[in-house]
Amino acid sequence: MTPQSGQRDTAKGMLSSLTLLAALLALWWVVSTSGWVNRAFLPTPAATAASLVQGMVGGELLSYATATLGRMLAGWVLASALGIALGALIGSSRRAREWIAPTLDFIRPLPASAVMPLAMALFGLSGGMVLAVVAFGSMWPVLLATLHGLAHVHPSLREVARALEMGRLPFILKLGLPNALPDILAGMRLSLTVSLIVSVVGEMIASQPGLGQAVLLAARSFQASELFAGIVLLGAIGFASNAVLSLAERRLLRWQRP
Amino acid sequence: MAFSPKALAFPAVLLGALELWARTVGESSDALAPPTAAVQALGAAALEGSLWSATAFTLGSAALGLFIGALGGVLMGTLLGLSRQAARAAFLSVELARPIPSVALVPLAMLVFGFGLRMEVSVVAFACLWPMLVLTQAAVLQVEPRLLELAKALQLNPVQRFTWIIGPAIVPRLFVALRLCVAIALVVAVTVEIAANPHGMGYAMMIAQQSLDPALMLGWLAWIGIVGYAINAGASALQRRVARRMGEQAA
Repeated sequence: MTPQSGQRDTAKGMLSSLTLLAALLALWWVVSTSGWVNRAFLPTPAATAASLVQGMVGGELLSYATATLGRMLAGWVLASALGIALGALIGSSRRAREWIAPTLDFIRPLPASAVMPLAMALFGLSGGMVLAVVAFGSMWPVLLATLHGLAHVHPSLREVARALEMGRLPFILKLGLPNALPDILAGMRLSLTVSLIVSVVGEMIASQPGLGQAVLLAARSFQASELFAGIVLLGAIGFASNAVLSLAERRLLRWQRP
Repeated sequence: MAFSPKALAFPAVLLGALELWARTVGESSDALAPPTAAVQALGAAALEGSLWSATAFTLGSAALGLFIGALGGVLMGTLLGLSRQAARAAFLSVELARPIPSVALVPLAMLVFGFGLRMEVSVVAFACLWPMLVLTQAAVLQVEPRLLELAKALQLNPVQRFTWIIGPAIVPRLFVALRLCVAIALVVAVTVEIAANPHGMGYAMMIAQQSLDPALMLGWLAWIGIVGYAINAGASALQRRVARRMGEQAA
């Protein structure tokens, strides 16, 4: 394949991608304006866009989106720090792995949101409670990835560490964590997705300001266009955060490729 | 290995500490209760039947949602895997719809279906659709090209092509995707119940908390953990079994 034909292929791909997207939007427009589907459920694209613009410019949607974004990022940073620290501590010691790792494997499938009633009982209905659950829930992918990465450091590297009489901390920092980096970054990407979900659930249950509460209130008052605007914003946050992280992942792992 | 004495010692110490604390200092706590009391409360729920009905509701809606989502994902993923043109056309739409957090659809599902089974099933199906689609597409792309040429040479129609050639070739990878989606389905089902739907295990736990019954709440939390662990372990075992059987056939 010549470079030109490759470029033409990409251009054709983009064009057909945009065509299908436009067709889907047109279908949405037809279905919503013709009244085939109850207008209370499905607003027109125009109404959704109007709600979105209105909410972002003068309304509260922008502040809600910022609140959700902040909660998600704060929870994610906490989760990553805790996950890497705990994962490194447990993963670098064989004894700790044997005693503690099975319990972690048991807790992992537990839905993060299931911890929320317990957190509500412990901390009350506050922003701090939601943040704690977000951090707890999204810590698992990072923790387990770090643990796994450290547990599977190549034996010859371990021998090098032993020969150099490296302490535990230098071993973790100089060999363990760099080695586990691909696992950790993949875990952090998953953890960001989890933290968005748990933030939204937390806002719904604990009535904390944010998009989760906004979409719930919009649905309760049958404001379909505001509900859709909120969903679009949440989708955009999910899309953007995932895109940024996969870009960062590729850059950070460049040294590992031959 | 999972049940070696070492593995059980750590949780036993934690539970023992909680028991001791809750029986002495934290006796009047509204948030925590001794684990033995939680087991008792759970036993009472089992005798009275609410344990089983709530578990059945959650697992039933998770399974139904998983079935619908997986079916759609496999069909669309196969199509996108087979046709490069379709894959190119769908790329943008899929990439835009996929990152929408499933819980964001809870209010919409509430509006359309009201509370109950259908609302929960729809959210679970949406959550399972995307990973299933992406993983099926990847699996189909890895089918040996000579098999597809063979199908073309034999002039098989699309249904025959899928059931005889592509289906068997992607089954091991399909079960890996399915194992992942089983975990997702269960998490999303419980989350929907905690956020909105007044049915199932998640709601039972919320109600226990709201009626200041920490023993029952902790009992439910433990039960949700046990059910989740058992189902995930079962799905993993099934996936490994399928992988081994299919591997033997291929060899």
